[in-house]
Amino acid sequence: MRYLPKSDSERREMLRAAGFDSFEQLFQAIPEAFRLKRPLNVPGPLSEMEIIEYFRGRAAENSRGYTSFLGAGVYHHHRSVVADALLQRGEFLTSYTPYQAEISQGTLQAIFEFQTLMCQLTGQEVANASMYDGSTALTEAVLMAERLTGRQRVLIARSVHPEYRQVLNTYAKNTGLRVEEFGFAASGQVEIDAVRKAASDQVAAVVVQSPNFFGVLEQIPALAEIAHSCGALLVVGIAEAVSLGIARPPAEADIIAMEAQSFGLPPSYGGPYAGVIATKDKFVRQMPGRLAGQTTDHHGRRGFCLTLATREQHIRREKATSNICTNQALCALAATIHLCLLGKQGLREQAEQNVAKAQYALAQLETITGVRRAFSGPVFNEFVMEFPRSVKMIDADLLKNKIIGPMALGRFYPELTKRGLVCVTETTMRDEITRLVEGIDRALKVPV
Amino acid sequence: MSDRIKKVGRHVSQNEGLIFEKSSPGKRGMELPPLDVPSADAAKALGAEYVRAGVEGFPEVSEIEVVRHFTRISTWNYAIDYGMYPLGSCTMKYNPRVNEFVARLEGIADEHPYQPVELSQGCLRILKSLENILIEVTGMDAVTLQPAAGAQGELTGLLLIRAYLESQGNPRKKVLIPDSAHGTNPATAVIAGYAVENLKSDAHGGIDMARFAEIVNEDVAALMLTNPNTLGIFERNISEIAKILHAKGALLYMDGANMNALAGIARPGDFGVDVMHLNLHKTFSTPHGGGGPGAGPVAMKKILEPFMPVPVVVEKDGKLAYDYNRPKSIGRVKAFYGNFGVLVRALAYALAYGPGMRQASEDAVLNANYIRKKLEDVYELPYKLPCMHEVVFSDSRQKKNGVSTMDIAKRLIDYGFHPYTTAFPLIVHGALMIEPTESESKEECDQFIDAMRSIAEEAATTPELVKTAPHSTRVGRLDEVAAARKPILRWKP
Repeated sequence: MRYLPKSDSERREMLRAAGFDSFEQLFQAIPEAFRLKRPLNVPGPLSEMEIIEYFRGRAAENSRGYTSFLGAGVYHHHRSVVADALLQRGEFLTSYTPYQAEISQGTLQAIFEFQTLMCQLTGQEVANASMYDGSTALTEAVLMAERLTGRQRVLIARSVHPEYRQVLNTYAKNTGLRVEEFGFAASGQVEIDAVRKAASDQVAAVVVQSPNFFGVLEQIPALAEIAHSCGALLVVGIAEAVSLGIARPPAEADIIAMEAQSFGLPPSYGGPYAGVIATKDKFVRQMPGRLAGQTTDHHGRRGFCLTLATREQHIRREKATSNICTNQALCALAATIHLCLLGKQGLREQAEQNVAKAQYALAQLETITGVRRAFSGPVFNEFVMEFPRSVKMIDADLLKNKIIGPMALGRFYPELTKRGLVCVTETTMRDEITRLVEGIDRALKVPV
Repeated sequence: MSDRIKKVGRHVSQNEGLIFEKSSPGKRGMELPPLDVPSADAAKALGAEYVRAGVEGFPEVSEIEVVRHFTRISTWNYAIDYGMYPLGSCTMKYNPRVNEFVARLEGIADEHPYQPVELSQGCLRILKSLENILIEVTGMDAVTLQPAAGAQGELTGLLLIRAYLESQGNPRKKVLIPDSAHGTNPATAVIAGYAVENLKSDAHGGIDMARFAEIVNEDVAALMLTNPNTLGIFERNISEIAKILHAKGALLYMDGANMNALAGIARPGDFGVDVMHLNLHKTFSTPHGGGGPGAGPVAMKKILEPFMPVPVVVEKDGKLAYDYNRPKSIGRVKAFYGNFGVLVRALAYALAYGPGMRQASEDAVLNANYIRKKLEDVYELPYKLPCMHEVVFSDSRQKKNGVSTMDIAKRLIDYGFHPYTTAFPLIVHGALMIEPTESESKEECDQFIDAMRSIAEEAATTPELVKTAPHSTRVGRLDEVAAARKPILRWKP
């Protein structure tokens, strides 16, 4: 087998040298009754050619050739091929967690750069080396707020990604946290008065997402004011990171939980992505996840090492801030390289293109009779449209023309039937928007 | 560099500052196609109060500068592609490149988790196929691929146990964890809402059976056991342990980090385990990438299946779909379906081996025992029972000259290897935890043995050389105390 660097004669030689008479003896410690007497019933072995053929077969059964207008937490953006080439260098791809700093300076410096980029983007003071994704980053941010305030109530907007809220509920069930949801207004933004009414000295965190699940930007300063006035923390989730190229960063937030997938990570059917937690310096000791810090060696040379490890499981065990060990390091590296290539100007330009495409698509869609914008609040690159009939029916028709259309919101928000979420990015071409508009128009003309 | 060091020699490596230090206004590394729709005034479209000025301090460099920057700093890393990582319980095996290729295929990499199920049959088939393989390898009845890493798998497993016990009337209060366990085990138990009771290992590093039966009562939800344990020793009494737990209505959770000793050899489902996680970035070769991503699928017996995270992949008339109608489910542990790209790589690995996965486990155990035999005369072996895919020595002999496991590990760097795991498991004072994996040739193993023997000699004759190692790296030992006392966690202009 090509992955095993031993010949049978070498195996026999090593077996003898190790003091064994047979290969069975290697497993003498396993009681006989438990040793498998048959080969595993699994497919293979396959050669490299066959493996590629297998996955090409699977790829052909997916959505190749379709134009997609899906967003909802996962975004189609251009991914730099330069970043992908660098990422595949063995020194990055096949290296371990940088616990041995002297021979991991490449990884550590890249993490330090990632942490810096995340602070610059979010307007926060410190950021970690990554969490699993946006959903678990938000959950851990809420748990962090609980630890910092010693309080148990959490107020979370319904306009936070439904799956993020589901993850929080799974974790919260066993920690004594009481999670209460509050609604959204006609603008699509959170109902500020509802938050103000619910705020009390029992609240650990007010949790919103911006842009939210409907693509609408939230009023962060006002929300921060409400949260802080009752001693709670403002936690802001960000699912579409490219928005930070143009949108005012939530600097007044106490903790930001961001999903960095938009920065050069493929959609890859749901993962792996890269969550990040960014916060104020004063909260750093309660922040989960790895941190790379700058220091010197005994010759005074600058270097980097993992630091503040007393927060982590390998040191504090049951008293750790989180159980996280493996994170999303390679994904964070992909984002780092991608952002360095994009740069200050590129990020701005990309964000501006997203805004332009969204404004254009909005205007075009509104020319269809009976179709109108559902929420009045400011949007970045996704928005909700209201249709005169079921979005599912429209989508079924669009699929015939190889278009994956607006995401029907009824599945997550029972009161939002006939509303669909549309996402366009810098990768959406003008003629694709035209085809979407024409397709919806045609679909609406089909007799019911 | 002395003649005794055969594996590595001197090499020139480039210096490189931070990317922000190379920045110059106006430079860029990526260009976009021109806008094909009318441009929009963001302040008008969004409102001026929602718009930011540029991102202060963001890098401004050209493409070639980015390429050189990351290429240069990459050369400062050790990696599996260079040589062995003898890290215990990490299973640093070869990361097959075909796995990278298939994960990037068009039709795999660009699939959106919310696209219609009819257009995702390929993705669902990948999930189902991997599930079937993992069920067969573990000897369990069902598996969830949703957890993003081992620690999340541990949490999922404990939440399944809690849900099951709750359905039986009492979630119970505590989880038993051996003192040899990985730190994620107790950290996870706390998040699952359980108190941790640490079990002292017996003289052979296993579960103290005499005490165990006394300790298990109706307050105990589960035992979290790593098997083979972190000493590389298979828990002989595991069947008895399972019986004792089950008799009191408690469950057996297995931390599958050391599955590399067992794949194709023995199945946890056959020796009494109720639920376990796997680390795909260990046993199933997906790359560590400097710390992740990984995946931590959780395999379980039938009794826990109703509580599985949603959604569950189901098949009907050859068509695959998601079942969300699972009223007893513990819910979601992560958005979407899991680290799909990692799952693709793990499936590619499993397909490459087929039933031959057994040979990989045999080679892994052979390598560890070969190294054990060749080092047991120079390093102290605190536990003499047979070991499987990893072996744990202690630094007690070298400590006589003031040389610790940490020093030996740092000196190993000068010999061209990554250190083994130091100071873990906690039950061995001054541990040297060595796991070679099946990816190491006899040549690499022999070079490792030579290096370790040479260092043992140095510890006896020239201990200062070892205590001040490494001597050959770009940076020497870093001041970690200063890094923690006055943390500098980002660049500032």
